[in-house]
Amino acid sequence: MDYLVNVAIVISIQAIAACGLNVIVGYAGQISLGHAAFFGIGAYASAMLTTKAGLTFWGALPLVLLIAAILGFLLGLPSLRVKEDFLAITTIGINFIVEAVFLYTPFFGKALGIGGIPRIYVFGQRLNNQMLLGLCLFFLALTLLICWRFTRTWAGLSCFAVRENETAASSMGISPVRAKLSAFVIGTVFAGLAGALYAHYVRFISAGDFGFPVSISMMSMVVLGGMGTLWGPLLGAVILGILPEVFRPLIDYRMFLYSLLLLLMIRFQPGGLLGEHSFVRTAFRGLTGKEKGGVAGV
Amino acid sequence: MSPVSDVILSVKNLSVHFGGLKAVDDVSFEMSRGEILGLIGPNGAGKTTCFNAISGVYNPTLGDVVLDGRRTNGTPPHGMAALGVGRTFQIVHPFTGLSVRDNVIVPLGGARYRGNFLRSFGSWRDKKIAAEAEKILDTVGLLDQADRKAGLLPIGNLRRLEIARALALRPRLLLLDESFSGLRHAEIAQIEALVRGIRAGGVAVLLIEHNMKVAMTLSDRVVVLDHGRKLAEGLPDDVSSNPDVIEAYLGKGESGRVA
Ligand SMILES: Nc1ncnc2c1ncn2[C@@H]1O[C@H](COP(=O)(O)OP(=O)(O)OP(=O)(O)O)[C@@H](O)[C@H]1O
Ligand SMILES: [Mg+2]
Repeated sequence: MDYLVNVAIVISIQAIAACGLNVIVGYAGQISLGHAAFFGIGAYASAMLTTKAGLTFWGALPLVLLIAAILGFLLGLPSLRVKEDFLAITTIGINFIVEAVFLYTPFFGKALGIGGIPRIYVFGQRLNNQMLLGLCLFFLALTLLICWRFTRTWAGLSCFAVRENETAASSMGISPVRAKLSAFVIGTVFAGLAGALYAHYVRFISAGDFGFPVSISMMSMVVLGGMGTLWGPLLGAVILGILPEVFRPLIDYRMFLYSLLLLLMIRFQPGGLLGEHSFVRTAFRGLTGKEKGGVAGV
Repeated sequence: MSPVSDVILSVKNLSVHFGGLKAVDDVSFEMSRGEILGLIGPNGAGKTTCFNAISGVYNPTLGDVVLDGRRTNGTPPHGMAALGVGRTFQIVHPFTGLSVRDNVIVPLGGARYRGNFLRSFGSWRDKKIAAEAEKILDTVGLLDQADRKAGLLPIGNLRRLEIARALALRPRLLLLDESFSGLRHAEIAQIEALVRGIRAGGVAVLLIEHNMKVAMTLSDRVVVLDHGRKLAEGLPDDVSSNPDVIEAYLGKGESGRVA
C-alpha cells in the first residue's frame, strides 16, 4: 500500500512538471530540453529556504515560485530569441549549467546535496505519505485548472497563434517573444512547484536528480500523452511512471527506451496518445459516434 | 498633388539589400489616405520585399518608411500592426489548427489587449469578440466557414481569410500581396468590390498584383518596379503605355530573366 502511495506521489509530482512543460512545448510550440533545471531550481530553492533560512514549506513556497518565475524569465529571454534547433541546444545548455551550479558550489552542498529537508505541515499536522499524496493531487488539480484556464486567455491564444504561424502572428500585433516568454515563465513556475514538492517528499536532494535525463523523461511524458492537450502530460506521466515499476529489469535501459519512444512517437503519432488524429481519439470517436470540437488541440 | 497632411505613407529612397543583392534599390513613392496604389513589376522585382520593409519584417538597408509623418524604421511587425498597418501574405499564412473565426479573433485581441498585462489573462472566448469577428468574416464572405479549421480552406477562401485578419486590425494602411492570385473570375469580382469598399472607408490600399487587368482597373495610381528599382509611376493608362514598362514585361516574356 505504502509502495503504491509512493509511486503515486512521484507520478503526480512529475505530472505537474510535465503540465508546465506542455505549456511551453505544446501551447507555445517552443522546444525545451532543459525543464529539469527549473524542477531543480524549485527543489533547491525550497530546500535552502527551509533548511537554512528556517522557513516552513508554506512560507517558502511563494518565494520558490517567484524565484522559478524570475529565473525562467531571465533564462528564457535570450533563449526564446533563437529558433527551433538553437532553442533545443540552448535549453540543454541551461540544464547542464544549472546542474553544474548545484554540483560545484559549496553553498548548494556540492556532491553531498542537501539533506534534512523538513516534512510538510498542514494546520500543525505533519503530513504522512498518504496526506502528502493528497496535497500533491491537490496541486496537480490546480495545475490542470490553470492550464485549462490559460488556453482561454488572450495570452494563451497568442501562444497558439505563434505556434501555428509566427510570421502571421507578429503581423497581427502579437509580439512573439512576449507570447513565448509568458508560456515559458508559466511552465517554469510549475516546474518549480513540482521541485518544491519533490524536495519535501524525498527530503534529501542532490544535483543528479535534476540532470538532462530527467528533462528527456519529462519531454517523453508530454510527447507520449499529447503535446498541446490538457490531459496528455498527465497520461504520459502515469504511463511512464508505472512502466518502470512493472518492468523492473528495464529500469537500466530507461534513457534508451525514452529516447526510442520519443523518436517513434514523433515519427508515427506526433500528436501523442490524446492528440487530434491519434488512434485513441479515432477509436473513441468511433465508439461514441460524435466529434468533440476542440480548440487548438486542447 | 494632394496636400501634405493627406499623405499616409511615404517611402523615401528605400533600399533593402540581401548581401550583394539589391532587392529594393532607392525606391520612393507616396500614398494618400483612401488611395489605391498598385505596385506592379515582373517576378523578383522586389515588390514583396518592399512590403516587408513597410510592414517591419525587414529593416531598410537605406532610406526611410514614414507612416503618418512618423519614421517607422526598426519597428517590429507587431509594432507596425499596432500602428495600423495590416497586411496579407503572398504565400498564405493561416493559423491552420484554429477555426476561421479564431483566426480573426487573434488580431482582434491583439488590438484590444496590447500593452495591458493583466487584461491579457482575460478570456478571449466572449460573445462580443466572436460577434465582431463574424462581422468581419461577413464582409469578406467567409461567415459560413467560421467554424471550419483554417487549414481545410481552399486557396480562394484562404486569401479572404488573410484580408479578414488584416481588416481586424482596423488598419489605416492595408497591404495586399497578390490577394487575387489563384482566384476564379467570380471571386475576383467579389474581392475587387471588397477592396473598393475598404477604400471607401478611408483606408489606403497598397496592392501588389500580377493580373494586369485587375491592377489597372482597381488602382488610382501605379508604381512599377523592375530589378529593385522604380521604373515608372503614374496613372494606370499612362503607365501601361510607357515603353520602359512594356519592355520590362515583354523582355520577361520573351527571354526570361537572369536573376
Ligand atoms: N530573405 C531574402 N533573402 C535573400 N534574397 C531575398 C530574400 N527575399 C527576397 N529575396 C530576393 O529579392 C528579390 C526580390 O524578391 P521579391 O520577393 O521582393 O520579389 P517580388 O517582386 O515580390 O516577386 P514575385 O512577383 O515573384 O512575388 C528576388 O531576387 C528574391 O530572390
Ligand atoms: Mg512577391
